[in-house]
Amino acid sequence: MPLTLAFLVFFVLPFLGGLFLSFTEFTTVEDASFVGIGNYVKAFSTDSGFINALIFTVKFTVVSVISVNVLAFLLALLLTKPLKGVNFFRTVFFMPNLIGGIVLGYIWNVIINGVLSYFGVDITFSADYGFWGLVILMNWQMIGYMMIIYIAGLQSVDRGLIEAAHIDGASHMKALFHVTIPSLMPSVTICTFLTLTNSFKLFDQNLALTGGAPGRETSMLALDIYDTFYGRIGWQGVGQAKAVVFFVIVATVALLQLYLTRSKEVEV
Amino acid sequence: MRKLSILLAIALLFSLLTGCCQRDGGGNVQETVRFLNFKPESASVYEEIAREYEKETGKKLIVETAAANTYESTLTAKMATREAPAIFQINGPRGYANWKAYCKDLSQSRIRDIVTEDSLLLRTDEGVFGIPYVVEGYGIIYNDEIMRKFFALPDKKTDISSADEINSFDKLKEVVEEMTQRKKDLGIEGVFASTSLKPGEDWRWQTHLMNIPVHYEFEKNDIDLATDEVSDFNFEYAENYKKIFDLYLNNSVTEPKMLGAKIVGDSMAEFALGKCAMVQNGNWGYSQIKEVGGNKVNAEDVKMMPIYMGIDDEDMGLCIGTEGYLAVNKKMDEATQKAAEDFLYWLFSSETGKRYVTEGLGFITPFNTFSEEETPDDPLAKEVVSWMNKEGVDTVPWDFTIFPSQIFKNNFGSNLLQYAQGTKKWATVKDETVKDWKSESGR
Repeated sequence: MPLTLAFLVFFVLPFLGGLFLSFTEFTTVEDASFVGIGNYVKAFSTDSGFINALIFTVKFTVVSVISVNVLAFLLALLLTKPLKGVNFFRTVFFMPNLIGGIVLGYIWNVIINGVLSYFGVDITFSADYGFWGLVILMNWQMIGYMMIIYIAGLQSVDRGLIEAAHIDGASHMKALFHVTIPSLMPSVTICTFLTLTNSFKLFDQNLALTGGAPGRETSMLALDIYDTFYGRIGWQGVGQAKAVVFFVIVATVALLQLYLTRSKEVEV
Repeated sequence: MRKLSILLAIALLFSLLTGCCQRDGGGNVQETVRFLNFKPESASVYEEIAREYEKETGKKLIVETAAANTYESTLTAKMATREAPAIFQINGPRGYANWKAYCKDLSQSRIRDIVTEDSLLLRTDEGVFGIPYVVEGYGIIYNDEIMRKFFALPDKKTDISSADEINSFDKLKEVVEEMTQRKKDLGIEGVFASTSLKPGEDWRWQTHLMNIPVHYEFEKNDIDLATDEVSDFNFEYAENYKKIFDLYLNNSVTEPKMLGAKIVGDSMAEFALGKCAMVQNGNWGYSQIKEVGGNKVNAEDVKMMPIYMGIDDEDMGLCIGTEGYLAVNKKMDEATQKAAEDFLYWLFSSETGKRYVTEGLGFITPFNTFSEEETPDDPLAKEVVSWMNKEGVDTVPWDFTIFPSQIFKNNFGSNLLQYAQGTKKWATVKDETVKDWKSESGR
């Protein structure tokens, strides 16, 4: 009961308030006038940048979900082998995750611009630089975290099963793909869920690394919503409408992904 | 466990409720005026002012400051809370359009009566809604020491023999280009400081420099700036803008392709360290020049000239105006509104207040309560005042307050960067700017 109350007050009410605001024109949340679905029409009009941001975000998410998970898994495999200094390396790889996004964004901005300056350009020169810069940044930050989850998963895989597979004549590769990975599916579920939603909702890193440059070409959804809300007078409602659409997209994608990977999990 | 969670939930609710009630119970507490300050660099001075004000009048003032570039978002957030500011800043007609519902008509206030020129007020047919509080000017800041060094070169080709003689774009170009050829002799890395074009750091070009073609176009076509007519802009002086912008790019400390990483602070540091001779900026930039460690510029050598771009050069003065208007929040109760107006009047008319304004904040003010001597003591502020009073030149007003939106400015800024990097043609920049102006004006 108290939990329901807290849920109502701190989640459901603000959410409904936000939903209501997306159908209004307002300056501050106190005085709003109803405009129907006008905000949604504007949000999807060509010059609002929302569609571009959506395409860019989807591309970014696909690339980084795959790269983060593959690399994190390989690192986890490596760091569950009996090597010297394993704990030290685990800590080192996990560290970037503890640094705030804005700081990371600025650090990488300096690093990437430093490298690109040898070619006489900088990160604002082309949207591709911004895109790959964001991918590198995302990998650098998320790999350590995902690696820890995979390590935990790997350590709980039943050694007996793998040994049994080897006795049955399975190669290392076969044992990996047919025994280890299937019993790791719960870790895969949680890791893809985290990387997927985090990539979709990326904001700080985007703001600090490219700020959307060149033009608005590297603006992701969250940054586009922020710019719409604060950058244009009278567009606050449109920003709100975009935020609602954003919520629907993130929720749908995340639920779909959970359903798909869950169905691949096996009971041992 | 269950008991604990009940307890926690009740505690949470309770703290919310007490938050709401505090105000109703506080009838005996005197009115507190909240002021949301726009200038982060002045935050500490305002705090001193608040202390002094309380000591002198016994009234309480709370000054809060928005971080750089976040004023609108901070204001939007604060307005919806119980701690809404009684005094806030709007940046001209566009800002007024957004905050209409909150701006009190100040035409009957005492502070309105001490403004020297009515044209400076933020007015509509219905009343006066914003009080200008600081007049600022910008142009091309130059280091006269380097200029003198150049003019003293025995084998210089140009006939011009002092920076004062530069009074048109052609003369500026002649001098700048020869200085670039001789930069080794002058000990500089470029004539102009970097054209900072990093997103968020490009306001000197997308707002300030753009002000000039916009002003002259609207003036030529007799556009009434208070009407809807301003939503048509054709960038007729695009070629003039290109001329001066090219001059900045080609005679700069930094390669054009590298400008996307430069910030305003870099440019001001280059100027302060004597790596360049000129930088486009305003009188507020002097504090930045002064603070740079290893500063090589003498205060008496810091001068300013108008940004000539070949439109109306002989009559041109500095760009002088204001984009800061103070407004009083009409959604506050009567007593707080009154207290807010009292504070503003005190700040700009009492001896103590005026001293803080000229010495602490360093403002050139548009109020008749300030005498000739009560102007700030930095060289650029003096340049602005002397250009303001100069015979035979017209100051260019700050018409950029009618630019359609922040998005317009950001788009123009990123187009300028792409032009500088060579990935966009000037004709495209021009077309997109005209189109953006229209669409951002709601056409």
